[in-house]
Amino acid sequence: MDWISPRSLKRLGMLNMNQRNVDYIARYNVRASYPLVDNKLKTKLVVAEYGVKTPKLLQVVKQQHEISRFREMAEDLAGFAIKPAKGSGGKGITVITGRDEDYFVKASGARVGAPVLERHLTNILAGLYSLAGTPDVAIVENLVVSHPSVAKYSHQGVPDIRIVVFQGYPIMAMLRLATTASDGKANLHQGAVGVGLDIGTGKSLNAVQFNRPITLHPDTGSELENIRIDAWGEMLEMASRCYEATGLGYMGVDLVVDANEGPLLLELNARPGLAIQMANGRGLLPRLRAVESLKRPHFTPLERANYAMETFPDL
Amino acid sequence: MTSPSRLPFYIAVFLLITAGISLAVWRHIELGIPWLTGEQRPVWMVEARVDFDGADDPVVASLSVPEQPPGFRILTEQAASPGYGFSIIEDSGNRRAEWTKRDVIGPQTLYFKAQFIPDPDAEATPPAQKPKTQKLFWEEPQATAVREILAQAKSRSSTPESMTRELIRLMQPDTRVQNTTLLVSEDNYLPLLVDMLNHSGIPARTADGLKLEDARRRQQLTPFLQIYNGEKWLTLNPKTAAQGVPENILLWRQGTESLLDVVGGGNSDISFSMLRQTIPALQLSAMQVEGNGLGFLSFYELPIEEQSMFRMLMLLPLGALVVAFMRIVIGIRTSGTFMPVLIAVAFVQTTLIPGLVAFLSVVSIGLAMRGYLSSLNLLLVSRISALIILVIFITAGLSIFGYQMGFNTGMTVTFFPMVIIAWTIERMSILWEEESGQEVLIQGSGSLFVAICAYLLMSAPLAGHLTFNFPELHFVVLGLILLMGQYTGYKLTELKRFTPMKAYD
Repeated sequence: MDWISPRSLKRLGMLNMNQRNVDYIARYNVRASYPLVDNKLKTKLVVAEYGVKTPKLLQVVKQQHEISRFREMAEDLAGFAIKPAKGSGGKGITVITGRDEDYFVKASGARVGAPVLERHLTNILAGLYSLAGTPDVAIVENLVVSHPSVAKYSHQGVPDIRIVVFQGYPIMAMLRLATTASDGKANLHQGAVGVGLDIGTGKSLNAVQFNRPITLHPDTGSELENIRIDAWGEMLEMASRCYEATGLGYMGVDLVVDANEGPLLLELNARPGLAIQMANGRGLLPRLRAVESLKRPHFTPLERANYAMETFPDL
Repeated sequence: MTSPSRLPFYIAVFLLITAGISLAVWRHIELGIPWLTGEQRPVWMVEARVDFDGADDPVVASLSVPEQPPGFRILTEQAASPGYGFSIIEDSGNRRAEWTKRDVIGPQTLYFKAQFIPDPDAEATPPAQKPKTQKLFWEEPQATAVREILAQAKSRSSTPESMTRELIRLMQPDTRVQNTTLLVSEDNYLPLLVDMLNHSGIPARTADGLKLEDARRRQQLTPFLQIYNGEKWLTLNPKTAAQGVPENILLWRQGTESLLDVVGGGNSDISFSMLRQTIPALQLSAMQVEGNGLGFLSFYELPIEEQSMFRMLMLLPLGALVVAFMRIVIGIRTSGTFMPVLIAVAFVQTTLIPGLVAFLSVVSIGLAMRGYLSSLNLLLVSRISALIILVIFITAGLSIFGYQMGFNTGMTVTFFPMVIIAWTIERMSILWEEESGQEVLIQGSGSLFVAICAYLLMSAPLAGHLTFNFPELHFVVLGLILLMGQYTGYKLTELKRFTPMKAYD
C-alpha cells in the first residue's frame, strides 16, 4: 500500500472533501442559488442575461401533450441533444448526431425511431432521471460539434473544460476527455481522462486517469502533452461571468468549444470534485486563500480573469 | 469574507460534553449505578426461624422485625410458612410480622427472611414526639440506693450521654460500692439500667443486635441499650458504654418490648441464621431509584416493555457515531447514509453470522429480480413499491425454506427493515447500471463493514449498559458528532487517493 503523509498534502495545499464541504461549499454557496445550477433550463436562462452563450435551445417539453410537437420540430434537424433539466452526472442525456431516413442515429451509432425518443421524453417528464424522482422538464438543444482542435483527443463524446471558479476568480482548469472506460462520459470517476490546464496559458500540464498519471490517451493513443486551448482568456472571462449570474462562491463551470459558435457553457456544478488538483499536480488551497485574502476584489469578470492568469500559475 | 469565529461553537460542545459526563458521575455517586456491568454488591440474607408447639388452638405468632436498622437498608422481605396467614403490621414505629392459623397441633416452624444492604449513611428516622419517661416506685432500701447512685452519676455528668456512661461505670463489678451490689443481681442488669435512666428523666430502652457472620447458624442476639438524647436514639453497649452500633451488628429489634409473642402455642424459640450474598449493583440501584429525586432521569420507572424498546433506541446514537466517524474521518463509502446503522440494529437481533447470511441472500436475490424490473422501465415510485413487495416475498420464502430445512435462524430475516432493504437494492442496482459492478462491491462491502463495526459496538454489553443506565452520556456522543461536523482534515482514504501527488511534492 502506498500512502502520502498528511503533512506533504498540506504542503501541496491539497483541498480535501471535508474542508471543501465545510469551508467552501457551506460557507460560500447560498442554498437558494442551488436550483439555478441543478436545473439546466434555469442555468441557461440566467446566464444568457450575463452574456454567456449556451447551446441553442430548440424546444422545452414541459407537459405530456407538448411531446407531439417534438416530432414536427425534429423533422428537419440533423443533430440535437435531449436532456432532463434536473438530471445529474449525465443521466438521461440522449445525443442524436444524424439521420438515417426516418431513423435518428445516436452518438453510439444505434438507430432509433421517433417513438423511442418520445417515450424517452415521457420518462424525463415523469422524473425518471431527476434527483429524488421529482417531475422534470426536458430540454432539446442544438448538437454541440466539438472544435477539431480538441475533438481529436477524445474517444467519444465532446471534450469539455472544467474551470473551478471561486468568488468569481477562475482558479484552476482541466480538460476532460471521454474514454471507452467512461462510456463516452466526461466524468473523471467513471474513467474519463483529466488533463490539467495551465490557468495562465491554457496549455496542458499533465494527465490522469483513475487517479493515475498517464501521458497518452488510452483509446486514441494521442499525446496529451502539447494540448493548447485557443481563446483561453475569453473562456476564463466567460467562466468568471457565471459568478455574477448565479452568486455561487464556489462552483465548477463546464465549457465546450463548439466548431461553429466558439466557447459555450454546458452546465454549472455547485459541488465540483477534487480530482482537478491531481490533473494539475497542484493543490487548490493556495489559490483559494489568495482570493480570500484579497483586500480589494476586482469587479469585472475581465479583471478577475486577467488577475487569475497573472497570479495563479505561480501558486 | 472572514471566517466567523468558531469559539462559541467549541464552548457549546465543551459544555455539552462536560454536562453529560458530570451528570453521569453525579448519578453514579448518588444512585450507585455502576460504571461496569456485572459489578456486585454484598447483601446479607438473614433468616429468622420461629419454632413452637401447637396445642390444637388458634395461633397468633408475632415477631418483631427490623424497621430501619442503623447502618443497613432493607432490600427484600419474605415469609415462608405453609398454611399460615401472614402479614406485616406497622403500628406506631413498631413493625411486627404476624402469622395466624386456626388449628395447630404439633411442632411448627415459621421462617422470616430479609435481605439487608450495608449502607453507612442509613439512619433510623428520629421519633416525631419526644419519648416519655416515667418515675418508678422503688421499695426501701433500693429506693435510697437508686437515688444515691443517680445523684452520684448526675454530679459527674452534663448530658444524657455522659450521665448514661457514668451510670454504667458505677454499675460495673469492679467499681461497685455497697449501693449497687444491693441492686444488681445476675439477670436484671439491663432492665435495671433502663428503669434507672427512665427514673432520672432520660428516655431509655433496650435493643437486640445480631452479629452478622457469613454462613452462621443459630446466632444469638446481643442486647444493647438505647437512650434518647433529645434528638435521636443513641445505641450504647450496656457493659462498656461504647457509643454507636459496632460494625456488622444489625439491630433486629429496637423499641418494642418483646421479640416474639406466640399466643396459642408453647415452647416457642427463635434462632437466626445468615448468609453473605452478592447481587448485581445495577439491580440494587434500580431498586433504590424509587423515591429518589434523581430517579426521574432514568428509564427504570417505565413499564418493562418500554424499557426494552428504549434499550434498543439508546444504542442508535452509537451507530450514528460510528457512521459519522467512518464517513468523515476514515472516508469509507457506504450506500445510503444510515443504512448501515439499521442493518446493525437488525444484526443485534439476529446475531452476526445468521444476520449476514440472511442479509446477503435477500439483497442478492433482490438484485437479480431488480434486473428484470429495470428492463420494464417503470417509474421510481412503482419500482420501489414493487421491490418492497418482492423483498417481503423473498424474506417469507427464506423463512419458510429455512424452517423446512430445520434452521430456525431462517426466521430472523424478518428483523430486517424491509423498506430499507428495498432501497438498498434499488440504489445498488442503479449503481451497477451507472457505474460498475466494482463500485457496487466497494460500496456494498463498505456498508457491511460499517454495519459490522456498529454492530460490534452496539452489541458490547458495556455499551448497552452505559447507554441505558446513563442516558445523559448521549450528550457526549452528540458533542463528538458535532465536533466531527467541523472536521476539515484529510480522510484516511484521501491519503491513499492523493498518493500520485507525491510526484509534485
